Amino acid sequence: MSPDLRVRLGDVELANPIMTAAGCAGAGRELAQFFDVARIGAVVTKSVMLEPRAGWPAPRMAETPSGMLSAIGLQGPGIDVFLQRDLPWLLSRGGRAVVSVAGGGSAEYAELAGRLSEAPGVSVIEVNLSSPNLADRGRHFTDDPAAAAEAVRAVRSGARSDIPVFAKLSPDVPDLVGLAGACVEAGADGLSMINTVRGMSIDTATMRPAVAGGMGGVSGPAIRPIAVACVYEVHAALPDVPIIGMGGVRTGSDALEFVLAGASAVAVGTVIFHDPSACVRILREFEEALGEHGVARVSDLVGAAHRPMGAALGR
Amino acid sequence: MSDFRPVQMRSPVLTVRRVDAYHAITVVAPGVAERFRSGQFIAVAVGGDQSGMLLRRAFAIHDVKPDYGGTVEFLFAVRGGGTAWLAERRSRDLLDIVGPLGRPFPLPRDPVNCVLVGGGYGSAPLFPLAHTLRGRGCRVDFVLGAASADRVFSAITARRVAETATFTTDDGSFGVRGRVTDALPQVIEDARSDVVYACGPMPMLREVSAMAMRHDIPVQVSVEETMACGTGVCMTCVVPVVGEDGITRMVRSCVDGPVFRGERVRFDDVGTIPFDALGAPGWKARGGDDPVSAREAG
Repeated sequence: MSPDLRVRLGDVELANPIMTAAGCAGAGRELAQFFDVARIGAVVTKSVMLEPRAGWPAPRMAETPSGMLSAIGLQGPGIDVFLQRDLPWLLSRGGRAVVSVAGGGSAEYAELAGRLSEAPGVSVIEVNLSSPNLADRGRHFTDDPAAAAEAVRAVRSGARSDIPVFAKLSPDVPDLVGLAGACVEAGADGLSMINTVRGMSIDTATMRPAVAGGMGGVSGPAIRPIAVACVYEVHAALPDVPIIGMGGVRTGSDALEFVLAGASAVAVGTVIFHDPSACVRILREFEEALGEHGVARVSDLVGAAHRPMGAALGR
Repeated sequence: MSDFRPVQMRSPVLTVRRVDAYHAITVVAPGVAERFRSGQFIAVAVGGDQSGMLLRRAFAIHDVKPDYGGTVEFLFAVRGGGTAWLAERRSRDLLDIVGPLGRPFPLPRDPVNCVLVGGGYGSAPLFPLAHTLRGRGCRVDFVLGAASADRVFSAITARRVAETATFTTDDGSFGVRGRVTDALPQVIEDARSDVVYACGPMPMLREVSAMAMRHDIPVQVSVEETMACGTGVCMTCVVPVVGEDGITRMVRSCVDGPVFRGERVRFDDVGTIPFDALGAPGWKARGGDDPVSAREAG
């Protein structure tokens, strides 16, 4: 018998826990050339802002050991184009839409949440808290739990009450559990973690930073242990808060690792660049892994690594 | 367009061979071969399934043949760990490839005179183009250049396929000493060229485009910008390109290109965000702008 893959993110149920990670799948259109986007739990769209944004100049990326360094700068066409073109396309293909939003301040976050709530078909809003906070010298919202909480509060107040709001956390903070708690207190229905890890690469041929933005974000399998630790730590502190786990997921067994650490769903990011079919392959491998363990429901496994020896499956 | 969608496949290697200073790999990939149009490329995974080298390498397709159900050949120079791994492949090894990717060279409706300009192994995608153009009754003239003789790719084929073939090298070890742009104006005049196709480094494409514009003939360039995915999702390979509406956008060279009209690429601003580009800092929407047409740029 095949396992029950359904998972819940707050009030929303997904058919399975495998989704794309923000910024690694556009809005699903390009990947639909390789697989049916309705087959995965959800497509998390690239962060959308109110206005069009050109981002950082090229070069925008460098390969790093088991990963990549990137500095894109949130390039995107803005919410109008997203609502006219990208969201309707994804919904027309039967895809579940988790929409990532990025703003320069509370008012922009609230307006984005409001605009998305007027459109039908948004399953979850994910708040990208790593965009530059215009009111605070361009620092990231996650640099200060109070600023992060304010952005989350703005999205929660602007969004329809039946749309769960997830706060996406950066690992580059002194107190991740404190940040997570502040976001939940401000109304986040769940947490997404982790965003990229701050990093740098210097091209020894040109003797200059390898990406135009100087510093960038490291992603890919290189950061998976960091991400698993973050999910584990926050799930231990806030066991009732659903988590979307991500960071270097390459195989079904990697996805299972995140679920055991405490994630209810798992997003696939940079590995999509390596393998455009990665999401459906990982879903298949994940399902096979559950079958091998004789697990009936994926929801039984969420956070199982926290349980005492011998009680891993809760039976 | 769905018939032209790329495919991902594990392709057996047929041959790996040295060609001048480069390597060429032929793989059996019927799904790619039957969809291919000149100017398109493939993205190849390197290092094996558990490799720490995560990003695919993009290569222009150099040749497509119907043998063995459809084979595809691509050319590369060994530059780092990924290409070194590729050079070590042997017959029957499997390569994970995605393709064909990107917008191909637009083809003229009528039999016109075409000059094809290539720098280094950037000339690779010009060979299938030359065959297609000849098949449509076009006159083809080649101008190929490189740093030295061993880096001028496939001079013999160029001579065979084209009406004329002119070669330039920086060190004068083959053909004329100098750059392709030194030889190009004479070729355009002698051949009464109607259109220029070019592929190679950005500074070369800039000069070739300027030259074509001075001769008042259209120019199609295939740009090189590093890519992580090749499929349009990672947003790393952007170049500033002016759309038909006059608005500059940062467009992806993988799916919006790699072929653009030369006069639309803002070569002097490559590696920057031009101040007037859509979404640049301080950019403000002006009346009548339609950002939805972003994909039509170029």
